Amino acid sequence: MATSTPPAPRTAQGPATTAPRPAAPRRRRWSVGSVALYTVASLAAIVWFAPLLWAFATSVKPEGETTVMPPTWLPDNATFEAYTSVLGRGDILRWTMNSLITTVIVTVLTLVLCVLAAYGFSRFDFRGRPGLFALIIGGILIPPQTLIVPQFVLMTQLGMVDTYWGVALPQVVAPVFVFILKRFFDAIPRDYEDAARLDGAGPVRVLWSVILPLSRPILTAVGIFTFIGAWNNFLWPFIVVNDPEMMTLPVGLGTAVGQYGIQYAQVMASAVLGALPLLVVFLLFQRHIVTGVAGAGIKG
Amino acid sequence: MTQNTQAPAPRTAPGSAPAAPRGLVDVRRRPSSWTGLWFVLPFLAFYAVFLLWPAIVGFGYTFTDRSLAGGDVSFIGLDNWSETLTDSDMYDSLWNTLWFTVLSVPLMVVLALGMALLTDHARRLGWFLRLSFFAPFVLPVTVMTLIWGWMYNPSLGLFNGTLSRFGIEGPEWLFSEDTAMFSVVAATAWWQVGFNYLLYLAAMQSIPKDVYEAAAIDGAGVWQRIGRITLPMLARTTALIAVLQLIGSLRVFEQIYLMTMGGPNFATRTVIQYIYDSGFVGLRIGLASSMAYVFMVLIIAASIAQFRLFSRKEG
Repeated sequence: MATSTPPAPRTAQGPATTAPRPAAPRRRRWSVGSVALYTVASLAAIVWFAPLLWAFATSVKPEGETTVMPPTWLPDNATFEAYTSVLGRGDILRWTMNSLITTVIVTVLTLVLCVLAAYGFSRFDFRGRPGLFALIIGGILIPPQTLIVPQFVLMTQLGMVDTYWGVALPQVVAPVFVFILKRFFDAIPRDYEDAARLDGAGPVRVLWSVILPLSRPILTAVGIFTFIGAWNNFLWPFIVVNDPEMMTLPVGLGTAVGQYGIQYAQVMASAVLGALPLLVVFLLFQRHIVTGVAGAGIKG
Repeated sequence: MTQNTQAPAPRTAPGSAPAAPRGLVDVRRRPSSWTGLWFVLPFLAFYAVFLLWPAIVGFGYTFTDRSLAGGDVSFIGLDNWSETLTDSDMYDSLWNTLWFTVLSVPLMVVLALGMALLTDHARRLGWFLRLSFFAPFVLPVTVMTLIWGWMYNPSLGLFNGTLSRFGIEGPEWLFSEDTAMFSVVAATAWWQVGFNYLLYLAAMQSIPKDVYEAAAIDGAGVWQRIGRITLPMLARTTALIAVLQLIGSLRVFEQIYLMTMGGPNFATRTVIQYIYDSGFVGLRIGLASSMAYVFMVLIIAASIAQFRLFSRKEG
């Protein structure tokens, strides 16, 4: 089991604390309280996970079985028919590729731009610095959804409607990450840079070989949340893309459902397929997500 | 050679600064250096083009009758503003947004706290609990609405199907004015609570363990430890989560639009949807922009008020 909580061993080992040790065995391994706790926790988790299981259960039923009342969790004749017919249409793969391309553009650009800006604000003084920083921080307050109309007009004028850049670029501006990264950089002692600087390293080199390696947890956290946010963004791609070929996964799925009619197994199969990519990403990066948030100080 | 001698200089002798070439050696605070600006500039360029410029242009639109369909544009003064401020549909959508917020914020704070406490205490299930509670957060909104729309289906869905097993006729869920908003709130809580949960988990991890050990020696039970140690030490986190959730809930649009299209009978139409309807369906850019600005001002005011409250607690 991947116990991604590093603090756990702290309490388990604790050879230094002599007093509480003898107390521990006194509490029996499975007291009434802990049985109740584990029961409640398991039930809560199962209930919370149930909608995903229900979607999967429906998706492996033959269409005729999906509407049986009262509903059954286990299909009588499990089949992957719905998946083959959904994948046979080909558009889900196409939308996944579109999502991947635009999301990678957004994530890479956001990281590069925000890191550079945060480094500039954290380590240098220049004319207009306080004013510029205030201007950017003020941008945190503007809800992006309220700018959709002028942004769409701008994209029309730039000829970026129905393009990857049109989807990606307006999502890149994330002032909140400049703020979070700057706070993290500020906390890195300047002594670390002194040695590198004495060796003649320039600012870019200092950033690359001193600051960035020390910032890995926060960079991972910012990267993951940018990725999730961009992958799942609906409103902006929904507005700036009309061509079905250029739709991202969330937008494409939203428009496709109408075509499936009452083919519930197919609808749920496409939902499961749409959920898979990020569920996999989440499973791979589970530990980094929790520790990243902890290390980022986003927790407040 | 000069590099070695100059590096520590600015700390003590700022007067010698102007002579040194910018950047390379002396990256500490120096008023005349332009180096920092080069790092900030790329972000600023994007910020100006994609955020600042649209914000300014959008404000300009509010004084025109510009249409998304093109055609002549003329200056019409404050007409859009007065139409927005006297439009009862605008107030209805504001009310729906507010009602969604009032219902969802407390629910999503309390749920997240409960889940985090369970995870923190049932350590052996940690991996399984984190997966179950956080997984819905990574679903695209369309996937969430497909799954919940299917469960909510009045005649064939899981909920009413299960109720019918007990001879109960379930509600119409998304298709009745009385229940639609509650149904949307429940689905939203399931989908988005994972983020708050994560923030709580991270905060709980940073509570020093010796505090609990000391309390255990003194004979404090589980509930006492939660009530006297965990909750008080999470007060700041709770405030932060409440602020973030409030701002997030006020901006609600996507899941409601996908589940109900704002219906039935506009009972769930939010402000953002009304802006979208006016601008992209009704093609009236000027009107949509003035609505957006009214809404932006309200959100900014709410955010500032919340941050004030929050920072006072902190100090």
